[in-house]
Amino acid sequence: MKFAVVVFPGSNCDHDAYHAVKHVLGADAEFVWHKEADLKGADVVILPGGFSYGDYLRTGAIARFSPIMAPVVAFAEAGGPVLGVCNGFQVLTEVGLLPGGLLRNRSVKFLCEQVHVRVEAIDTPFTCAATAGQVLRMPIAHGEGNYFAPPDVLDALEANRQVVFRYCDAGGEIIDAANPNGSARGIAGLCNARRNVVALMPHPERACESAVGSADGLVVLESAVAALGSDGMLRTG
Amino acid sequence: MAIDSETLERHGLIPAEYDKILDILGREPSITELGIFSVMWSEHCSYKSSRIHLKTLPTTGARVVQGPGENAGAVDVGDGLVAVFKIESHNHPSFIEPYQGAATGVGGIIRDIFTMGARPIALLNSLRFGPLEDARTRGILEGVVAGIGGYGNSIGIPTVGGEVAFEEGYAGNPLVNVFCLGLAKAGSLVMGQASGAGNPVYYVGAKTGRDGIHGATMASAEFDERSSEKRPAVQVGDPFMEKLLLEACLELMQTDALVGIQDMGAAGLTCSTSEMGSRGGAGIDIDVSRVPQRESGMTPYEIMLSESQERMLMVVKQGREAEVERIFEKWDLHAVPIGEVTTDGQLRVRQDGAIVAEIPNGPLADQAPLYDRPTEPPAYLATSSRLDLEALPELPATDAALRTLLGSPAVASKRWIYRQYDHMVRTNTISPAGMGAGVVRLKGTNRALAMSVDGNGRHSYLDPHLGAMLAVAEASRNVACAGALPIAATNCLNFGNPERPETMWQFARAVAGIGEACRALDVPITGGNVSLYNETDGQAIYPTPVLGVVGVIEDASRVLGRVFPGAESTVLLLGGGEGALGGSEYLKLICGQVAGSLASLSLEAERALQLLLVELAGEGLIRSAHDCSDGGLAVALAECCFDTGGVGAELMMPDAPGDALGDGRIDVSDASMLFGEAPSRVLVSVADDDFGLVRMRAEAAGVPIAGQGRTGGDRIRVSLAGRPVLDIAVAEAETAWRQGLERYFEDRAA
Repeated sequence: MKFAVVVFPGSNCDHDAYHAVKHVLGADAEFVWHKEADLKGADVVILPGGFSYGDYLRTGAIARFSPIMAPVVAFAEAGGPVLGVCNGFQVLTEVGLLPGGLLRNRSVKFLCEQVHVRVEAIDTPFTCAATAGQVLRMPIAHGEGNYFAPPDVLDALEANRQVVFRYCDAGGEIIDAANPNGSARGIAGLCNARRNVVALMPHPERACESAVGSADGLVVLESAVAALGSDGMLRTG
Repeated sequence: MAIDSETLERHGLIPAEYDKILDILGREPSITELGIFSVMWSEHCSYKSSRIHLKTLPTTGARVVQGPGENAGAVDVGDGLVAVFKIESHNHPSFIEPYQGAATGVGGIIRDIFTMGARPIALLNSLRFGPLEDARTRGILEGVVAGIGGYGNSIGIPTVGGEVAFEEGYAGNPLVNVFCLGLAKAGSLVMGQASGAGNPVYYVGAKTGRDGIHGATMASAEFDERSSEKRPAVQVGDPFMEKLLLEACLELMQTDALVGIQDMGAAGLTCSTSEMGSRGGAGIDIDVSRVPQRESGMTPYEIMLSESQERMLMVVKQGREAEVERIFEKWDLHAVPIGEVTTDGQLRVRQDGAIVAEIPNGPLADQAPLYDRPTEPPAYLATSSRLDLEALPELPATDAALRTLLGSPAVASKRWIYRQYDHMVRTNTISPAGMGAGVVRLKGTNRALAMSVDGNGRHSYLDPHLGAMLAVAEASRNVACAGALPIAATNCLNFGNPERPETMWQFARAVAGIGEACRALDVPITGGNVSLYNETDGQAIYPTPVLGVVGVIEDASRVLGRVFPGAESTVLLLGGGEGALGGSEYLKLICGQVAGSLASLSLEAERALQLLLVELAGEGLIRSAHDCSDGGLAVALAECCFDTGGVGAELMMPDAPGDALGDGRIDVSDASMLFGEAPSRVLVSVADDDFGLVRMRAEAAGVPIAGQGRTGGDRIRVSLAGRPVLDIAVAEAETAWRQGLERYFEDRAA
């Protein structure tokens, strides 16, 4: 099975995602330049972190118009597993695959540090190898990670169990002090209604080896392998 | 236009320098030519006051692949890889416009690294500000930190370490020194030279605007109350553009179409054309009307002197133009041919074909004025060296003094700063932030690189020679504490006005000290930067040499940090016992004095200690290592206990001369033991089973063990000759340390 790592101008976690998939997970990975017209037959698509188009205008707002986004949207609408990390999350909200948006952190500052998130739903292709309520330690690195959506949208997300990750303390408690950016209802990551498009602000690809601080994020990538199986058929979501 | 004395003064040229220009040209220069000379011969570009001293520095060694003279230095780090690194200042722009000044400083040093053909993998910074009680200083710090983060985070290069200090003398002249390290395959370095007559000269990157004209000249003058009027001379950074340039240039360097490349930093197009031509012994003929311009009506003078950011100049092989242009097109950049290499050695500038400047490259770049400026010991030294320890007021209780030290911004946790930097991107950062030296693994090998930037202006103020040696020793020691063998250094020399003999004396003494220490510790200087005229309203900064040292760790799994591994470990103080109160943080903070003599440095003992650390770390015999720096032994011991979840430690120093005063009070002698500062002292933790072996190795290396103790409990305790002199709860000390810096800033502590 093959992961496509989409590279926008200004992506900067593309190499990290590639490394995690190829050298840690041991799956096939290929970079896909944003000007390309197709996803090179990939089974999983990753929109990596970074500052696509320098975050100019608004995070993710220009990248959504890149040529590659049409095939990404088509792939997602056909049920293909898509993972957005950090800037990838922002792009997915801009392109309309996920609701809401990411505002400036409530501290108004860029923040880079290890945080904890609780896995709130395991019926997605990026959490199916985790256990419900599992606490993962992963870094954040963003200036705009403050998830926002109108109350009715948030209620709908909760009702449909689309909240996939929530910021928590080391013991798994959802408390405001553990919320690094002011995200509504502590939301760190969510999925679409069909559950095949998942995005989160923390960086699982930076947390795949204990040598760099944590290996908790690997379960996100392992889930994709488990979900697709050897025949490439999606088993969850 | 006639060149009158007022014009000369505006260009920062003195009559003797003008005479030299007349001599080189054999005629009067045009205003464009005068502008070109003025920036190339500015202090910033020509090092005219410092060159004579810099020449004395050691710059060669078995591992040195590229010494000073290119865009950056390079050293062999094994496995067919070279590390390319340099440190540079952006002090003046950061005072005028903190965010952009610091951001473009980061952008500039990154370009220096990737123009060498290396992918930048780590950033560090060394910062100096005035006291944080001043609201303006807080604003400058916030701007500088945001600017460094804004650029580095966006471009995706982790900021893995650094240091910051606060002294009155930097209030009107903060220091922003930025270090960058990149990695390249051995034998693949790209040089900044032009050669091959007829080869096209390409311009790529951002368009040229009127920003930054005379930036290099601004960096070569003192500040006064009108300095904020110079804001148009500060450039605005665009990290996104630089990210595109970085990727496109590295892609281009995979081909062999490139002859040479240089970024347009200080003095922009002028510096890149003349330096590349001079290095290659060639001429360059360009037409400024072909330079992409952001504004209309720009004169050749403005185009040649603009310091617009994110621009590169390249010489490519004739016949390979289409290939080169295609690579830049992929990244939505437009590489534009603006001229060609010639054989006549002239920098020829045209506008719409007509020649507007014609200067021989060699003399312009290499025959800049060279001054052996007079030196004279500053008068303050006669009084500052005097410190009557007996006359000190009664010393406070040790736990209160430790809390004060830990809670001062210079010593306190720097988390408020480093959490604003992406220190993890590229997934190579092994040592968590705030743990000591910055350490990055080299993927595909077993190795890692450690790097540290250090300097202490207060020390250098009291003794420029020794202070500079201490800076080399500390940067090198910090690298060794991570388990890395220090292999090379870069320096950033921040001083006042070199035309003052006192400043020049400080400079000369500091450079001599750096040379001496680098020789003894085997860390040759491969490049660096000099920043002079750091004065505002005639008030010079502390002389501040900052050293960046790079070291290699053979086995990345053996990297050490500062933190004790938990309870039940043996703690050892390797090296000497006593520190000096002279010039210490304690003396400044508790006694309100900046005076006295610094503790001496034995380079031999320092070298033995560093080699011992590398050996012990490599064999896995020590579990942590942390040097005693600002605040001395007590602060170092406390810092080893922080981030452990509250595990304490006890240290016993058998030899101590002081007397017991009782009631937690101490005499000067005890204060020197606890809070005095001295080099060559490192706290390590050792598994009980390894203690005997470590002691034998230390003995064999001639490194004394001045103290011994254990981790455990929840208190930090020190006893001197059996007398308990310090006893404080880890939690209490750690709270002071955590809040020491962030208490000055309003945002919510998450």
